[in-house]
Amino acid sequence: MAGAITVQGLTKSFGAFRAVDDVSFEARAGEITALLGPSGSGKSTVLRMIAGLEQPDAGSIWVGSEEHTDKTPQERRLGFVFQHYALFRHMNVRQNVEFGLKVRKTPRPEARSRVDELLDLVGLGPFGDRYPDQLSGGQRQRVALARALAPRPQVLLLDEPFGALDAHVRQELRRWLDGLHRELGVTSLLVTHDQEEALELASAVVVMRRGRVEQAASPVDIYNRPATPFVAGFVGASNVVRGTVQRGSLHFGGTAVAGADHVAAGTGAQAYIRPHDVLLTRTPADRSFPVSVERRTDLGWMSKLQLRLTDGQAIFAELPNEELDGIEEREHVYANLRNAKVFSIDAGEPPAGGADDGPGRAAPHTSDENEVLAGQPGHE
Amino acid sequence: MTTAQTQQRQPQQPAGAEAAAKRRSARRPKLVPGILLGVALAYVLVLLLGPLAGIIYYAFKSGVGVVGQTFSRPDVQHAFYLTFVIMLITVIVNTVFGVLVALTLARDRFPGKRLVSALVDLPLAVSPVIVGLMAVLLFGRGGWFEPFFAARGIQIIFAVPSMVLVTIFISIPFVIREVVPVLQELGLEEEQAAWTLGASKAQTFFRVTLPNIRWGLLYGIALSAARAIGEVGAVLIVSGAIQGQTETATLFILRAFDQFQDQPGYIVALTLAAFSILLLIGIETFKRKRSREAG
Repeated sequence: MAGAITVQGLTKSFGAFRAVDDVSFEARAGEITALLGPSGSGKSTVLRMIAGLEQPDAGSIWVGSEEHTDKTPQERRLGFVFQHYALFRHMNVRQNVEFGLKVRKTPRPEARSRVDELLDLVGLGPFGDRYPDQLSGGQRQRVALARALAPRPQVLLLDEPFGALDAHVRQELRRWLDGLHRELGVTSLLVTHDQEEALELASAVVVMRRGRVEQAASPVDIYNRPATPFVAGFVGASNVVRGTVQRGSLHFGGTAVAGADHVAAGTGAQAYIRPHDVLLTRTPADRSFPVSVERRTDLGWMSKLQLRLTDGQAIFAELPNEELDGIEEREHVYANLRNAKVFSIDAGEPPAGGADDGPGRAAPHTSDENEVLAGQPGHE
Repeated sequence: MTTAQTQQRQPQQPAGAEAAAKRRSARRPKLVPGILLGVALAYVLVLLLGPLAGIIYYAFKSGVGVVGQTFSRPDVQHAFYLTFVIMLITVIVNTVFGVLVALTLARDRFPGKRLVSALVDLPLAVSPVIVGLMAVLLFGRGGWFEPFFAARGIQIIFAVPSMVLVTIFISIPFVIREVVPVLQELGLEEEQAAWTLGASKAQTFFRVTLPNIRWGLLYGIALSAARAIGEVGAVLIVSGAIQGQTETATLFILRAFDQFQDQPGYIVALTLAAFSILLLIGIETFKRKRSREAG
């Protein structure tokens, strides 16, 4: 029943704008794969091409062993869930869920029991006679999901399904969808700009940017082994510091981090460091370097600290209060960095913002990248 | 059109707005709104109800017997019949093509779209008399299309076809103008959802699109019908107003007064007015429901 989705060299332009540029990936059968990226990265267009709602200029789309590239949406038998639900507003909940069964001429009794089954599944059994405008956003999206699942699609495509909901409902539906997927095991492709959603729900994440795939990997690898500066900056919060490369290390602010062997010596490069990978001590330790604490925000169980390096660059640290040893503002302490990732500064790659308040945010495209800090707890 | 749009934009007034309005009116002195209300009511009464009352009075002045006589006259019956036929054909043609044009205008992008959109309103701007003249120029003696139809023995001018033609032309805008905004508001997502669920284009149109635009469409149809039965100028010019052949109800009224048959004229006029009021009630109902569907 469940088939993998394979996309090969998918390309699509709208006028002069290349929305999707040579995109290839595979969404494994029975799993949730997330297409993650900022708005305008082409992720929704990829999804709509898989559904047959847009025609690709080049490339191919397969579900299982079946080629779908030139099929109509009707022939593909996929489930599609829209961000704004797209429920039929003149039909009640039952009629909405039944629609896909009716147009495919499912015998009446069978259709009826399938609708009952689905309404129970999404927890809307008593709401069958309601109309969409009598339901909350979360309920509507559950109806949309039931409607998409009713004809037993091979794969389920979700286009920012929780994007129109408020944070609380979004959390709740996310957990609910996770449970539902464990139960049904239908191959799912989830488009989202919310990295937390992607990391939490998906077993594989495809990060997109400007129509291209930046990295396709497991959530753990996306977070811990970002392939590009963009991924490092977009998934989770990161500090960005600049320095110069000597003997395979990046030197900055009185310290150096390894892992710069891929960058030519003497050139500039940047390191991406997670705020929770900055460790602080009162006394110098092995490979530590001096920083001054400019600002400390206490969130109860942890603190956010703004630190100034000796070369003037700023970084943020997030530490549990019990590991903080009572460090306060205006103190001079010692920092140690874990897991810094070094990337060369390519001409075409504007540095991806981060917790850096220094220069280097000027690129016009950075409205996306400015959301880098969105991954921090308490933000969004 | 403008009223339709404003209605659309305020589907449900928030409760706060109502309270605010109440507070505002409480602060204002009562005299001014009183005068305004009086003027508005007088205006409506004198200009709208006055004539209606006049027609009713004159229609029944010399007894109810004349009513029966009037309706049993063959020329009156034929005039009503013709008005009805022309209205029916007009409404059917304008509904089918109006929906097609509205779908194109709301959904497709093509060069010259704004021009087409503006052209749709042309019949509202051009005097019906000019519309009639244009039809005569095209289909009358020496007109461009006259030889084609004459060779096939088809009479256009001074016959029903030209009357239907000009009436269709005059009521083109109504369905299109009412359906386009509803379609735009509706968007494409519901239809795309239907496709992914396996519905063909035809199934999608009849099960999703049409039910969603039904009140706007009915509103446009009612407006078209009202326009069609009331048309005089264009029809007068192309038909020749031949009694018992190309004479509609409105043309009969003209002739009745010409020939000093005032009372039959008033009776026919009152019948048309009654039908228009029925349509008006329908129009108001559809308009309300449509603004709900667009909102």
